Amino acid sequence: MVPLEWYITLSTVIFIIGVIGFLIRRNIIIMLISIELMLNAVNLSLVAFSHYLQDLKGQILVIFVITVAAAEAAIGLAILVSLYRNKAVVHTDKITEMKG
Amino acid sequence: MQTGHDSHADKQPVNTIARTLLYVPAIIAFVYLGAIFSVQIEYPVLSWVIFLPIIGGFLIFLIPRKHEMLARATSLGLTLVAFILSLPLYINFDKTTAKMQFTEVHNWIPAWGIKYSLGVDGISILFVLLSTLLSILCVTVSWTAITEKVKEFYGSILLIEGSMIGVFCSLDFFLFYIFWEAMLIPMYILIGVWGGPNRVYAAIKFFLFTLVGSLLMLVGIIVSYYYTNKSFDVLQMMNTTYPYTIQLILFWAFFAAFAVKVPMFPVHTWLPDAHTEAPTAGSVILAGILIKMGAYGFLRFSIPLFPEAAKAMAPIMIVLSVIAIIYGAVICLAQTDLKRLIAYSSVSHMGFVTLGIFALNMQGIQGGILQMINHGIVTGALFLSVGIIYERTHTREIAHYGGAATAMPVYAAFFMIFTLASIGLPGTNGFIGEFLILLGGFMAWKLMGVLACTGIIIGAGYMLWLYQKVFFLETNPYAHYHEDVNEREFLTLLPLVVLVLWIGFYPNALLSFMEVSVQGLIDRVNVSAQQQITQNIIEVIK
Amino acid sequence: MTMEKYVLIPLLPLIGFCINIWFGRFYQEKAHWISILAVLGSFILSVITFIEVLQGKVINYDLYSWVISGNFKVSIGFLIDQLTAIMLIVVTSVSLLVHIYSVGYMHGDSGYYRFFSYLNLFTFSMLMLVTGNNLMQLYFGWEAVGLCSYFLIGYYFRKQSAADAGKKAFIVNRFGDFGFGIGVFMVFIYLETLHYTDIFANIHTLQGQTINILGFEIGLVTLIALLLFCGAIGKSAQLPLHVWLADAMEGPTPVSALIHAATMVTAGVFLVARFNPLFSMSETAMMVVALTGAITSLFAATIALVQNDIKRIIAYSTVSQLGYMFLACGVGAYGAGIFHLFTHAYFKALLFLGAGSVMHAMAGQLDIQKMGGLRKYMPITFWTFMIASVSIAGIPGLAGFFSKDEILWLAYNAGTVGRIVWVIGTIVAGLTAFYSFRIVFLTFFGKFKGTHEEEHHLHESPSSMTVPLMILAVGAISAGWVGIPPLLGGTNMIGHFLEPVLGHPHVHGTHAEEWMVIAISVVVALGGIFTAAVMYLWAPGIPQLLGRTFRSIYTVLWNKYYVDELYDYTIVRPTKWIGSRILVGVTDGKIIEGIVNGVPKLIAEFGERFRKLQTGFLQHYAMGMAFGLFVILSLVLIFVKQ
Repeated sequence: MVPLEWYITLSTVIFIIGVIGFLIRRNIIIMLISIELMLNAVNLSLVAFSHYLQDLKGQILVIFVITVAAAEAAIGLAILVSLYRNKAVVHTDKITEMKG
Repeated sequence: MQTGHDSHADKQPVNTIARTLLYVPAIIAFVYLGAIFSVQIEYPVLSWVIFLPIIGGFLIFLIPRKHEMLARATSLGLTLVAFILSLPLYINFDKTTAKMQFTEVHNWIPAWGIKYSLGVDGISILFVLLSTLLSILCVTVSWTAITEKVKEFYGSILLIEGSMIGVFCSLDFFLFYIFWEAMLIPMYILIGVWGGPNRVYAAIKFFLFTLVGSLLMLVGIIVSYYYTNKSFDVLQMMNTTYPYTIQLILFWAFFAAFAVKVPMFPVHTWLPDAHTEAPTAGSVILAGILIKMGAYGFLRFSIPLFPEAAKAMAPIMIVLSVIAIIYGAVICLAQTDLKRLIAYSSVSHMGFVTLGIFALNMQGIQGGILQMINHGIVTGALFLSVGIIYERTHTREIAHYGGAATAMPVYAAFFMIFTLASIGLPGTNGFIGEFLILLGGFMAWKLMGVLACTGIIIGAGYMLWLYQKVFFLETNPYAHYHEDVNEREFLTLLPLVVLVLWIGFYPNALLSFMEVSVQGLIDRVNVSAQQQITQNIIEVIK
Repeated sequence: MTMEKYVLIPLLPLIGFCINIWFGRFYQEKAHWISILAVLGSFILSVITFIEVLQGKVINYDLYSWVISGNFKVSIGFLIDQLTAIMLIVVTSVSLLVHIYSVGYMHGDSGYYRFFSYLNLFTFSMLMLVTGNNLMQLYFGWEAVGLCSYFLIGYYFRKQSAADAGKKAFIVNRFGDFGFGIGVFMVFIYLETLHYTDIFANIHTLQGQTINILGFEIGLVTLIALLLFCGAIGKSAQLPLHVWLADAMEGPTPVSALIHAATMVTAGVFLVARFNPLFSMSETAMMVVALTGAITSLFAATIALVQNDIKRIIAYSTVSQLGYMFLACGVGAYGAGIFHLFTHAYFKALLFLGAGSVMHAMAGQLDIQKMGGLRKYMPITFWTFMIASVSIAGIPGLAGFFSKDEILWLAYNAGTVGRIVWVIGTIVAGLTAFYSFRIVFLTFFGKFKGTHEEEHHLHESPSSMTVPLMILAVGAISAGWVGIPPLLGGTNMIGHFLEPVLGHPHVHGTHAEEWMVIAISVVVALGGIFTAAVMYLWAPGIPQLLGRTFRSIYTVLWNKYYVDELYDYTIVRPTKWIGSRILVGVTDGKIIEGIVNGVPKLIAEFGERFRKLQTGFLQHYAMGMAFGLFVILSLVLIFVKQ
């Protein structure tokens, strides 16, 4: 039986990798992957707690998160594609339209 | 060329009048039959009159862009039907009671105490009728003037009509606020899209002014909500006595919204810009109805909800009104723009209205309400008239006009009647309103009554000056009047002339509507003030 | 109901107006038929009514409720008593004659139907004014006649001066109405009614009440009387609001005869006479009325001495004669005032219409210095004009003599103020005779001073113009015979007729004194005529000599005492200056707009600084979010635990 702490530790590590990846990488595809990493880290902890507390709600939530993540990835990639078509870049330093 | 012009203009009106008079019986018959029919059947009058134009407005957006004529005709039909549907209000209204009539109450969001609650009494009923009537004229006067984005234009007008009527009928603060704000949006679009050269500035200014005022009112509404056992019901609020300090705060919060709309001095500067830049229909709605919502707000909410505060603040209101009267009138003398002059004259005239209202006596308030109707008719008519001549000359500069009476005699006669009504000549509606207001104002505060009278002198000065510059003297070679009013324009102005004279000679027709309701309002103020005095005395004794 | 009849008196002209203004275009040249028939109907009904009143009937009833607001209740109604009956006769008869005269005078004018519809509208308004049984209806007629006056003065609206004159008349009258309106309010506030019968029944309750105005205690009666008198000053062109009447001569001449001589301008006198119970209660008010009248009559008569425009001279003469009527009212001789109003209507209308006839022949020429010798070209006009002049000058036997003499005699009897105004009145009588005959001599005698072409054009006017002249001439001779004083063998019928309404003043002078007053006024009048004859017939050099010798006086008179200029510099210009410079320029322009546009500008500047935070780099935002999350989490961890 793997203790709960291990799951939490793994989840935290994956989440931090996701956060750092999102913050330091400039490639949008990598950033999207980082977001997926964060989401899955959360999923992991949810399942772990669900099992630990013997409450199925956590797992149901995980299914929701997976669904949303899929949709998010689809929309994110779609935006990315149209962005690439218009600008021919996938690098965030080149995309500063929102500069005030 | 000049003589050719004249002879053409001399012959033409004869035919116009003759042909137009053929339409009149048909229209009268149509309205009459419609009225009979609509009185016969039972239907929720107010909901129909509000939502027919609103839904119709959205439907017009769906008409394909190329069918411009269809958009025009649909909106004309809808406004006509709305007018006929509103006629039962006039016919079936019970003048002997101060209670709300034609009420419709449904629970809407019960958890928050919000109801869908409509009703009219003697104070509001006339505004509903005025709105439905003026909307028709707004449609007809824009018939050829608007050539771009036609369906959006007429859709906006219908949306405005519905929400305006909603403002006058709502008996639930939440609903009221929705209508109050809702009509800003189409109005903003109307000014901003179809307006004059400086339209964007004017539209934003109009929007911001009214929004700032409205937000303070929103805060006031929420505060009063908590003081009324969490209910937005206006009738319930009217029976609630708020603590005096709360009354004062709320009075000023509501004042912010209403004073901007009226507009009272010193928050009037949006009005000249908005009026000047708006398209004709926009100016008519602004002058005819929108600015009445402010004064109506005072009557419907500020005074009955916070009677003691209203009584205590009445002197300030009266002084502000008198300043507006004189200020607005004097500033008119310096105007060079046709619409701007009429806009500033509105400031002066609305000063009379607020003076009458805060005189807080029978003559003052009745005069105030009547004068609101009058101002709606007369200033609305003046803007319609200006729109008609603007369509020909494409200039608003007074200096570019002159001698229009020679080229357009029928038009000149119309304008003369409206000018006379505007300066309050006996026999026109303006006289009755101003007379009652000044009498009421004089009874309330003699000095202010006297000062307000000076506004009438200056009023005659600027309106006659305007009339002379535009219509008299030799024909200005720079102005191309083309032809006198055509049938459509004639029929647009005719009902207003009839109203001007009808109210002038038989004002009781309207005064009798409001008598009981106004009496109820005055009783409310006096009784509450009495209670307040008693309370004060008790406190002193303690 | 028999009452229907009285409604028709004002209603007929209104119907005529409505028909002509709407349909006049279709039958241009025949518009006068409808108008004349309408006024003729009113005239006949007025005569019938007059006979009924003569038999002692007083008609007072309400037609319908006009305005009801709380305790404020006013009806449209009719009060026809002796005073109104006389006014009805004056208004409808002069109006009828002027209508007929206009058929010839306005012939061929492009706005022919418009002119007649305005005349009808005016007749309606004036009849509403005199028949009303309450103050508000009086006010209705009051403003409505002002409006018609505005229309008709500015009838030739393409002319700048005509348009200006109309506007001026309207606005100057508004100044008077300002006081009048407040007077009406005061009446309502203190008596709670505007109906004459109720006012006069309760008026004694005002006696002794005072009101505090800026620290002065003023008698309520005096105040109300003076406020109402303000309206009369405006409408009847008394000092200081007389400025509009001379300019009003821009209108067509029949209008001047009807509105600015015979009827509308006498409305002020009618008002004072109608409110005689009120005025009689206040000595101060009476004194003000008498002195205003006397000073105005002198003032206007002096101006009339030097003017050259024939219509302006007659206009100033009207102002002067109206002053006479007020003078009479002010000394309590209301009956004499109305009597003078009655006679004046005929001889003054005749003077104007005669002047119109002259203008018609002279192709619009107004300068009497350019006329002369017209006697032989237009005999009817000459003789009728002569009769009117003799009448106004106060030569015994004609209308003007009896009414003027009645006024002077009653003034003589009315204490100190009365003596003062009597002296002024007598002087004015002399001046009146002088300037009236100055016109006669310069216009009809001597040699023609115009161009040859003009001389060729001279002709007598058509019969539609001369017949009214002759009828009016009969009036100018005989109108005074209804008021021959007992001293001269008459019974002063009109005085007794009006007594129920206007009362009768106390007379305590002796017959010898009355003879003296008559003698003095006749001598003065003859002296005036004689002087005019000397100066303009026998020694034409004298006027120029006088003009040069008394240069400054002449200039002041010629410029009408510079009153117009005074108003221009003290009222018109400052108001416009405030409007354009202060209100548009400073208050609205700088202060309010400054605040209004300043606040958004401030917010915009604020935003200008803060937008720098928006770098556009996605990672910066993400960093911000992460950092924010860190801060919030830390705070939660720190505080929630404890």
